[in-house]
Amino acid sequence: MHKFLIRSFVSSLVLLFTLTVAAIAKDVKAAFVYIGPTGDHGWTYQHDVGRKAVEAAGFKTTYVEGVPESADAERVLRQLANSGHDIIFTTSFGYMNPTNKVAKEFPNVKFEHATGYKREHPNVSTYAARFYEGRTILGTIAGTMTKSNVIGYVASFPIPEVIRGINSFTLAAQKVNPNIKTKIVWAFTWYDPGKEAEAAKALIDQGADVIAQHTDSTAIVQMAEKAGVYAFGQASDMDKFAPKAVLTSVENNWGPYYVDRVKAVANGTWNQKDTWHGIGDGMVVISGLDSQMPGDLQAKVKKLQADLASGKVHSFTGPIYDQKGNLMVAEGKTADDGMLAGMMTYVKGVEGDIPK
Amino acid sequence: MIKIVKRDQPSRAIFFLTPVLAIFLTLVAGGLIFYILGFKPFEALKFFFIVPIADKYGFSELLLKATPLCLIAIGLSFCFKSNNWNIGAEGQLTFGAIVSGGVALLFYEQEGFYILPIVILAGAIGGMLYASIPAILKTYFNTNEILVSLMLVYVSKLILDYLVVGPWSNPEGFNFPETRQFSDSAKLPLLFEGLRIHAGIFLALAAVVISWFVFYKTYLGFQMKVSGFSLKTAKYAGYKGKKMIILVFLISGACAGLAGVGEITGPIGQLHREISPDYGFTAIIVAFLGRLHPVGIIFASLVVAITYLGAETAQIFMQIPKYTGQVFQGMILFFLLASDYLLFFKFKFIGSKK
Repeated sequence: MHKFLIRSFVSSLVLLFTLTVAAIAKDVKAAFVYIGPTGDHGWTYQHDVGRKAVEAAGFKTTYVEGVPESADAERVLRQLANSGHDIIFTTSFGYMNPTNKVAKEFPNVKFEHATGYKREHPNVSTYAARFYEGRTILGTIAGTMTKSNVIGYVASFPIPEVIRGINSFTLAAQKVNPNIKTKIVWAFTWYDPGKEAEAAKALIDQGADVIAQHTDSTAIVQMAEKAGVYAFGQASDMDKFAPKAVLTSVENNWGPYYVDRVKAVANGTWNQKDTWHGIGDGMVVISGLDSQMPGDLQAKVKKLQADLASGKVHSFTGPIYDQKGNLMVAEGKTADDGMLAGMMTYVKGVEGDIPK
Repeated sequence: MIKIVKRDQPSRAIFFLTPVLAIFLTLVAGGLIFYILGFKPFEALKFFFIVPIADKYGFSELLLKATPLCLIAIGLSFCFKSNNWNIGAEGQLTFGAIVSGGVALLFYEQEGFYILPIVILAGAIGGMLYASIPAILKTYFNTNEILVSLMLVYVSKLILDYLVVGPWSNPEGFNFPETRQFSDSAKLPLLFEGLRIHAGIFLALAAVVISWFVFYKTYLGFQMKVSGFSLKTAKYAGYKGKKMIILVFLISGACAGLAGVGEITGPIGQLHREISPDYGFTAIIVAFLGRLHPVGIIFASLVVAITYLGAETAQIFMQIPKYTGQVFQGMILFFLLASDYLLFFKFKFIGSKK
């Protein structure tokens, strides 16, 4: 009897403790600031999928969608920091300065800024995905599937992120098909279905039979479907929007990172860092492969995916030459992260100049 | 039975009451929409219209938001009063911001009391230059100013895009589409520690006072009024129509340009692609809601500003989609135009004594 009492007392203490810890953990509130509507089926949509993963892990979340990168961003951030949110994810490059500004005023709130490079205060982290690894896969598929040897690429802004994607894509395509050329159209937008469709049309008219994109809407794959050419989904699995055109998609998978970071806040282990995850960490995911792709290509893609994940293959392995034929990366070497982060030159095989 | 009869003269009382009626109807319809969406209507309205301005910070944000709207709407009222349909204030704002931002960048990392006045003046001049295009085309080539001014909005945004992506982009900024941060001497001073409200509000207040004086105390104001009622009368009276058209466009452009200056040298502090969440278009609603009267415009800019803030608060606290803010702006304009019917018509009960 005595023993039983002690045991039940101890076990209830343990239970109480775990419950309290759990209760504290559950009290962490995360907020997300989105540039677009959650229904864009691209960039914002995928961040919201990540937010739902945080909810599923038992945390409370809040989001504000369609926050312009104007003076309004700062107010939204301050309001979120003021209303009891412990960690705030700002999911567009243009929030960089407001994020750092508000972070200074709220040292107890953690800020996570996607795709930026400024971490001016100890409570600001940055994170991004190695999308270029996904583009190595797309380039391999495009180089194999093209018949005209002209590949179209709708690009958004001439920033290192996008240039890196174009290069990684082109290098992979050249590896399987040395005759290909990548034609670029700059849409100067991240999300504008009208402009994106026009850009895709222009590329198709110039003989491109595979279209890749670095903008966020589904307009390009739909245009490709209409014109009977191949395309790749961006950010989310876009197969259902263009079942014939889409060969595969590169998905942004933010959920694991978000859950990880929110949990770190709950455990008190959050620290400032700059995260850049790729296929290996599951931040970049390749959707299912279309049955129009021949079996040996599918096997090749699967293997490449595994090798990129393990680090056996690097997207930027030398020799790599720029458009003028100058050596960028020597044979047997790989480009380091510093070079990738500042990449502002095209590799050989890309047509045209980077807009200045 | 009720019969609808045309009024002999538009009712003056109703002229100033319809905006109030429009706001009231918007609240009712908004509550109804919240109810249909499954939210408690009164709670939602509280989060939309009261919570955002319940503290000092919120109120200062309201003034911050209302400042550009008021400034642009005052400028637009010069145009609208005299039958000139300037729809391109957003473009004039953008171009003003480009010119003043360019000047601010010239003074990068320089200090001096003279910098800010030059930056502000540059913005006003930029707005005027941009507004002069539709004005000159209208007076000398008889083009439609609605189309020209509207289309120029898109041109101005493309110019801004080009500059921040290319020649003016921050050399240390990895080619991201934004300029360097302006130096402190090129920025409007903040009025209170910890709040974002800046000296730009005095520009808006000055515009209110000056416009009131011009509208009601000067010959120009009278000419504008006459031209607004009837262009033929104005011509018959021998007014110099062309001169006036250009003048009102210049005033309007200067105001929009100054609003642009207020944004970039105030809360933003640099040039990038999104300097205005369409203030230039929203200000058209503000101008009409304020009945083109300077005092009315002050109130209207506050009402419309709160729809922006309320939408954010409602999403944060009640998960109401933020885009309802735009629905509210649309409803205000809709109900205002609809209730304007009462200006010119009245209901008469047939069977009752005359």
